[in-house]
Amino acid sequence: MNALLFYCTLGIYIFATVIYLIYLVKPEQLLGRAAHWVVSAGFIAHLAFTVNRFVEVGHTPITNLHESLSFFSLAVIGIFIIFERKYKMFVLGSFITPLALILLAVSTTFPSAITPLNPALKSKWLAVHTIVAFLGYGAFAISFGASIMYLIQSHFLKSKKLGAMFQRLPSLDTLDDISYRCLTFGFPLLTFAIISGAIWAETAWGTYWSWDPKETWSLITWFVYAALLHGRLTTGWRGRKAAILSIIGFFIMLFTFLGVNLLLSGLHSYK
Amino acid sequence: MNIIVVGLSHKTAAVEIREKVAFSPTQMEKPLHALVAIPDITEGVIVSTCNRVEIYATTRDIAGGIARIKRFLADYHNFPLETLEPHLYSYHGEAATRHVFRVASSLDSMVVGEPQILGQIKTSYGYAAEYKSSGIILNRFLHKAFSVAKRVRTETKIASSAVSVAFAAVELAKKIFGDLSDKTVMLIGAGEMCELAAKHFINTGVRGVMVTNRTFERAVKLAEEFDGKAVNYEDLFDQLHKADIILSSTGAPHFIIKPKDIEEVIRRRKLKPMFFIDIAVPRDIDPKVNDVENIYLYTVDDLNGVVATNLEQRKKESEKAEAIVEQEIGQFFKWLSSLEVTPTIVALRSKFDEIRKSELAKTMANWKDLPPEGEKRLEALTHAIMNKLLHQPTSVLKRTDQGNRNDLYVDALRNLFDLETAPHEDMELGELEE
Repeated sequence: MNALLFYCTLGIYIFATVIYLIYLVKPEQLLGRAAHWVVSAGFIAHLAFTVNRFVEVGHTPITNLHESLSFFSLAVIGIFIIFERKYKMFVLGSFITPLALILLAVSTTFPSAITPLNPALKSKWLAVHTIVAFLGYGAFAISFGASIMYLIQSHFLKSKKLGAMFQRLPSLDTLDDISYRCLTFGFPLLTFAIISGAIWAETAWGTYWSWDPKETWSLITWFVYAALLHGRLTTGWRGRKAAILSIIGFFIMLFTFLGVNLLLSGLHSYK
Repeated sequence: MNIIVVGLSHKTAAVEIREKVAFSPTQMEKPLHALVAIPDITEGVIVSTCNRVEIYATTRDIAGGIARIKRFLADYHNFPLETLEPHLYSYHGEAATRHVFRVASSLDSMVVGEPQILGQIKTSYGYAAEYKSSGIILNRFLHKAFSVAKRVRTETKIASSAVSVAFAAVELAKKIFGDLSDKTVMLIGAGEMCELAAKHFINTGVRGVMVTNRTFERAVKLAEEFDGKAVNYEDLFDQLHKADIILSSTGAPHFIIKPKDIEEVIRRRKLKPMFFIDIAVPRDIDPKVNDVENIYLYTVDDLNGVVATNLEQRKKESEKAEAIVEQEIGQFFKWLSSLEVTPTIVALRSKFDEIRKSELAKTMANWKDLPPEGEKRLEALTHAIMNKLLHQPTSVLKRTDQGNRNDLYVDALRNLFDLETAPHEDMELGELEE
């Protein structure tokens, strides 16, 4: 059942990505709407998989890389669908669905077998800490996608290469707005994830903060996004600069998530 | 019944000729009545715009009809026909239909894809409908032309890109700012192109306009015209940060805006993007300004480049549009030919005969002791009733001097008795309101 739902989701995401990429070449309204419904169907299948997995393993299924990559992908698609509905702009999907698909595909390279829960994770904080963290990551991923589009569009405008792709991409202002909204949504979530993590650490390990690599890198990520938001509000870091910083922030976040687990050893290295 | 077109356009006649035979849009009653008073002309519509004067009519006599309309066009305007004749074109049948569909779809326009022509034809048709010079054929014909134009507009990108410098500037601004309603335009200097672009921006809807000029009085005058605010030229760099879109066209022999100035300005704006359009020759703005963060600088050449690309794209799209026109011609002709009298009478008779036969068969099947003689009599009786019923309408239809009422009857007949005919599309007058 679980494997079936998983591969069903993967299949639908592949299909949705293909439609979104065709949409990029041939921007027909009908195609965009089809892509939206396909990706929504994929999201429902993905959600069903996650809930089913929750029932099967008996705790929040974000305890190893397979599960967390899948949940990350779920968060990206979920937030993307909300934005797509709000902005009625399908072209964002041409950049976001491939990303979500890659995340889900990569998750298959990690063992999906159900293993007994690490005793350190047995806590009601597991659900809050991880879900909030990955929702934040999802928002940052959308901001990343919008920022990439911003840089492309801004390049077209500066160099006067006003081809078909230029026509299809939305205005700079819209992209900047999406990126910024995602940050204002993701940043409080990241903050809350760090705080809840600290409280959990206090109950589990007896100390709020132990400079474990995950904690350190989370803090670095937090500072990058904090700097970006602060710069935006005070001196007006917007446009290209904001887009570049959001992209850098996303890669640091990815390292916090994956790099730390795979390359550095510490309290958070669940694989 | 045949549709004929007689007219002249920017392709066949210079404005000196076109203006001589133009009809005033406020006085259409007289010429429309005169048009349908011409012998053998049953319906008529006059389209008169600055780029074309065309008459659409229906007639039984193609060659005579065309000649009489040419004469009408010349005589009505007291213009010698010999001078006018070489500039006139005329079409009938399929070519006439193609011509009008292409004109309505803006494929025959000076700037292909320009949207005004459809509205102009709709207005012209409105007069013809008001003064009852158009009848069933031209009504259907023009509604069909409108729906073809609509199809062309929605199914091709023929009108989707800007083909004037001013409009291209507005389109680019939308790609930078999205919504322009909270943006301010600033004009530096004056000049025809600059003012035209400013007008385009105002029509699109911007928040405000600022005007500056070396001579302050001119700035004030222009600001009044645009309902904007005049700025002292000396204060330009103190005010520039308030503007999002800057149109520059001064007569200065050197750059008046340099990257150094702009870096200062953009900092005051907290890096909010700015769009500079340099229309001046020699240029007003140092091209290096384009390298400043969040600044987009376009010169008149860049905008011309955009327009050239768009025109190229329109050319490609117009091929798709031509295909749509061809497709629709076929459909319209199917309907038009269904208005012919003889096939209609044949269809009506066979419909009646079918009903007669099936009812007769039912009766005889239940009549057990019907003698063969009775069978014959029943046959003769029903036949006679049918012929009597059909005699009057058939003879009215066959009288050819009914003019355009004949088409009306044929069309009504086909609808009332559900005779085999071309599919009727919904072409309501409501479409006119667009």
